[in-house]
Amino acid sequence: MTILVIAEHDNKVLAPATLNTVAAAAKIGGDIHVLVAGQGAGAVAEAAAKVAGVSKVLVADNAAYAHQLPENVAPLVAELGGGYSHILAAATSNGKNILPRVAAQLDVDQISEIISVESADTFKRPIYAGNAIATVQSNASVKVITVRATGFDPVAAEGGSAAVEAVAAAHDAGTSSFVGEELAKSDRPELTAAKIVVSGGRGMQNGDNFKHLYALADKLGAAVGASRAAVDAGFVPNDMQVGQTGKIVAPQLYIAVGISGAIQHLAGMKDSKVIVAINKDEEAPIFQVADYGLVADLFEAVPELEKLV
Amino acid sequence: MKVLVAVKRVVDYNVKVRVKADNSGVDLANVKMSMNPFCEIAVEEAVRLKEKGVATEIVVVSIGPATAQEQLRTALALGADRAILVESAEELTSLAVAKLLKAVVDKEQPQLVILGKQAIDSDNNQTGQMLAALTGYGQGTFASKVEVSGDSVAVTREIDGGAQTVSLKLPAIVTTDLRLNEPRYASLPNIMKAKKKPLESLTPEALGVSTASTNKTVKVGAPAARSAGIKVKSVAELVEKLKNEAKVI
Repeated sequence: MTILVIAEHDNKVLAPATLNTVAAAAKIGGDIHVLVAGQGAGAVAEAAAKVAGVSKVLVADNAAYAHQLPENVAPLVAELGGGYSHILAAATSNGKNILPRVAAQLDVDQISEIISVESADTFKRPIYAGNAIATVQSNASVKVITVRATGFDPVAAEGGSAAVEAVAAAHDAGTSSFVGEELAKSDRPELTAAKIVVSGGRGMQNGDNFKHLYALADKLGAAVGASRAAVDAGFVPNDMQVGQTGKIVAPQLYIAVGISGAIQHLAGMKDSKVIVAINKDEEAPIFQVADYGLVADLFEAVPELEKLV
Repeated sequence: MKVLVAVKRVVDYNVKVRVKADNSGVDLANVKMSMNPFCEIAVEEAVRLKEKGVATEIVVVSIGPATAQEQLRTALALGADRAILVESAEELTSLAVAKLLKAVVDKEQPQLVILGKQAIDSDNNQTGQMLAALTGYGQGTFASKVEVSGDSVAVTREIDGGAQTVSLKLPAIVTTDLRLNEPRYASLPNIMKAKKKPLESLTPEALGVSTASTNKTVKVGAPAARSAGIKVKSVAELVEKLKNEAKVI
């Protein structure tokens, strides 16, 4: 068995989610190859070659792959991936965008967002916003799978010494082109990889009040997240949303501030090790999953908490 | 131009589902069903394109049991012109659905196909991308803005670090994210009118599509329950617990 892992990167840095995906590949067992498709992504390939457990890195360097457009990358992965037993990608916005296109090209069903490997052909994944866990078996010749990063502890980023091999295949479907992007800038840890996450909801009342959470987060070295209500109300940008349709996090500590705890929000954070809820409504559903609950006005509790930690 | 919108009948998003005792699936007997929230956004976007004069006809399609007619009628009440139901009693995988949609696309020749980004039951997030692969069209997934101009469509997509805009040649596939629009409600007169709009029924056999799957669900279990927590009385007590009991700060 040989497994192909699609590297998640921005042409400069190998994203941490790749390490979790390699961890899932290691649980399946077999040789692990990593594909770096991009443009000028030499540093990413070097980083991928050092990842523990990786035996070969394939580099497809072409202008058509610069922005990971699925119309161009999917045919590449399908062409290379046909000979592998498994093709894995992280369940990031990129992995979710590309991999189903690969699966359809290979005429196999995909398994999305696995959280555990039962055997080489059987996997567990959450359905219904995490309210049920399905065990799915695949008899496809190539098993195409996206991996939920929080389900697997990352492998070491150093220690490996894989061979790096260039891939010549160039696919440019010509059906799509990159226009531009607007990336949110933040000095705080990345939400999906942070050890501590502080999240705010509708109870924050406005965007300005998030400064209380930022202050607390900076003191804790935490990332800041939000519920859909806070995003929809325009308090914070979309990419901060934690939940079924936003980001899935499982930090050591999750502090939910002014968040009621709707099913869709819990889907994104209920695998956190310790959950703290600060809410003035003692009936709020968030208290049913919180390890420590504090019924209090967040505008008093959060500044006090910041002082004490 | 013609716009095709795919809609799915799913358990209502407010329902807390329960796993069946025999672990064969979740219990959907006597549970409220609705149109998948992302599909509502897809229908709304199509209707807005028609109101802007970009779209000339909106065809909605659903693949599922006969009862999915209810969701198609809802889409018709929201402004779709006609509906197609591909009737299948069994639960289909995303690939099977994408293949059936491909057959409908071949028949209808739409310029734009809009789907939701994921269904809230299976949480797969696959069908739109698979349909794009099968048709060879460009894909604009997780769309928060869609602008058609001439023979291309600019799609702003929600990505992990922010937003990205891509330009796709028409025909193209778009999947909707939550922030694309705010779906409208169907008015009573429109619900009445929708009953008279055409609804065509097809079968996978009639479309010549095999719905065989390479995946099999072996078991559906309940997620691990969290042990009950405690309520603390003060911030000081909270900090003390986090430091000494949970040891997370």
